[in-house]
Amino acid sequence: MGNQADRSAGEAAPAKNGALITTSGLVKQFPTGGYLFTALNGINLLIDRGEFTGLVGPSGSGKTTLLNIIGALDYPSSGSAVVLGSDTKHLNHKQSARLRNHHIGFIFQTYNLLPVYTVYENVEFPLLLLGMEADRRRRAVTQALEWVGLTDRAQQRPAQLSGGESQRVAVARAMVKKPEIVLADEPTANLDAENSHNILRMMVELNTELETTFIFATHDEKVIRYLRRRITLRDGRVVEDREMEPDYTT
Amino acid sequence: MIVKLAFRNLMGAGLRTWLNVIVLSLAFVMIIWVKGMLEGMNNYARTAKIDSEVGGGQFWHRSYDPYDMLTYEESHGVPPPALSRLVERGEAAAVLLTPASIYPDGRLQSVVLKGIDPGQKIVNLPASFLAVETPGAIPGMIGNMMAHQTKLEIGDYVTARWRDVHGTFDATDIRIVQIMRTTQPTIDQGQIWVPLARLQEMMRAPGEASYLVLAKGAETIPEGIEGWIHRNPEYLLQEISDMIQMKSVSMNIIYSLLLLLGLLAIFDTQVLSIWRRRKEIGTFMALGMERGKVIRLFTFEGALHGIFALLVGAIYGIPVLAWTLRRGLSMPEITDNIGFAIPETLYPSYGGQLVIGTTILVFITVTIVSFLPATKIAKLKPTDALRGKQS
Ligand SMILES: Nc1ncnc2c1ncn2[C@@H]1O[C@H](COP(=O)(O)OP(=O)(O)O)[C@@H](O)[C@H]1O
Ligand SMILES: [Mg+2]
Repeated sequence: MGNQADRSAGEAAPAKNGALITTSGLVKQFPTGGYLFTALNGINLLIDRGEFTGLVGPSGSGKTTLLNIIGALDYPSSGSAVVLGSDTKHLNHKQSARLRNHHIGFIFQTYNLLPVYTVYENVEFPLLLLGMEADRRRRAVTQALEWVGLTDRAQQRPAQLSGGESQRVAVARAMVKKPEIVLADEPTANLDAENSHNILRMMVELNTELETTFIFATHDEKVIRYLRRRITLRDGRVVEDREMEPDYTT
Repeated sequence: MIVKLAFRNLMGAGLRTWLNVIVLSLAFVMIIWVKGMLEGMNNYARTAKIDSEVGGGQFWHRSYDPYDMLTYEESHGVPPPALSRLVERGEAAAVLLTPASIYPDGRLQSVVLKGIDPGQKIVNLPASFLAVETPGAIPGMIGNMMAHQTKLEIGDYVTARWRDVHGTFDATDIRIVQIMRTTQPTIDQGQIWVPLARLQEMMRAPGEASYLVLAKGAETIPEGIEGWIHRNPEYLLQEISDMIQMKSVSMNIIYSLLLLLGLLAIFDTQVLSIWRRRKEIGTFMALGMERGKVIRLFTFEGALHGIFALLVGAIYGIPVLAWTLRRGLSMPEITDNIGFAIPETLYPSYGGQLVIGTTILVFITVTIVSFLPATKIAKLKPTDALRGKQS
């Protein structure tokens, strides 16, 4: 383990069947007005390649906090989170940026598209950060827009899109670099039922096709139905962790 | 990528961007304009003074002090052979000064009588007009400012009173034979030029001079001359440099304020934009953009104001400045004593150094005020930024 922890973020993912993400004794505390608030309290999880998993629980249970730590946007107070062989605690800013840039896609509740960029440019952005050459970039963006069915919207700005369309752009942006992991924080919270199902069906397809690991943070029943594994959090602890039979019917 | 993003964000900010850009471009153009004007003024004043007064430097009688008229009576002597040889060879001109009183229209006025050889070719002064016979009087030449002030005209007689070397008062009439057009106040105001030999006679000081002017570009300066002090052109022009310097201080304040205003506006825009777009900053980080890169992005976005300002400034500045170069600026007629020559039409001088220096100054200051607020990003936690919270 010690050996793995020292690996730099840019290196290849571990063996296919190994755990992609391991948390052990993970604790996260926030200083709030004089005392420490414990948002995560001893999380032990193994998440494998290709999973379609959800962190489920009421608001304030620690879902976003855990997702942020897995995405190396935040660090554990104690315990560890090893993502793709890197202990996130030991990553500096550059290395954690590199880990996200190369291996992790984010999807947010509020889409977080760049308003001055077109749909095409929004999707292209992560590839520019990767320094991918123009030809490959164009092919990848075109393909990602096909996945989410927005080819004809490529030249529009986010302001011209509906919520469902915006979130599809966000999915394309997260998927365009074919990352190992996609972290989606309440992706359907601002969407109606139909759009939610569309988005989720798309994700299931990409999950099977590309073997991308999806981790959701959600308390939305529409999302939970699609999950193959449900990890229930309450007050910063895992209270249930079980396999599920997904229900793809609408 | 960063260029496009910064460009679009700036364009998206619309009016605010253009206000910043316009204020900044005004400062930019004004710096060049004002500095160019002062430089043109400096050039003119120096050239005029070299031409009419300074030549290639001067030798002063040991006690001669141009600022103390009262000492003129004692401050002259016969130049040593090393200097008088120069005068004989036409490489220098001797000038003798003495205070005097004249009575135009019966009112008393203090003047300086300046004796110069009508045949001299050293300074640009129409002394040859003094080579005329004016029976019963001494020929005298004055400048246009002096003429304006005393209302003397060509052909007028004016009585002058002076003291000779023995302290004896004497008086004679001076006939104005020429009014010279000049912008150089130091050869004009309060003075009357007369033939050197006549003044020496009047003062009973044969062969004496207060100072000698060397020919322009004089290379061999006699050394170790007792009782006479060499003053090089730079020394003699120092006064102009000082005065231009003083004038430029007030000008500097004006455009510095304008520049400061532009910089402050950009600083403010940056602070606001970083605060408003912290969620976007969080997104950049989540997408794997390094912090340093995010800071660079925002710095560049602010610095782009500077580039726009330079472009906008060039669009209206180049025609305006070019026009002033071609046509010059007509200057108000100044009659009070400002100590150096002001041309009727001023041609500014915009050197490459000035333009490049100003461009660099604007660009660097804008980049600094853009960078400072952006450093706040380094302290922003990505999770807080994503939640739209300012840490
Ligand atoms: N930066 C922070 N500072 C203080 N408290 C925080 C911070 N982030 C989250 N929390 C707290 O931690 C708890 C878990 O938050 P979060 O992970 O966002 O929950 P969820 O996503 O399940 O709604 C909440 O009580 C929240 O107020
Ligand atoms: Mg949450």
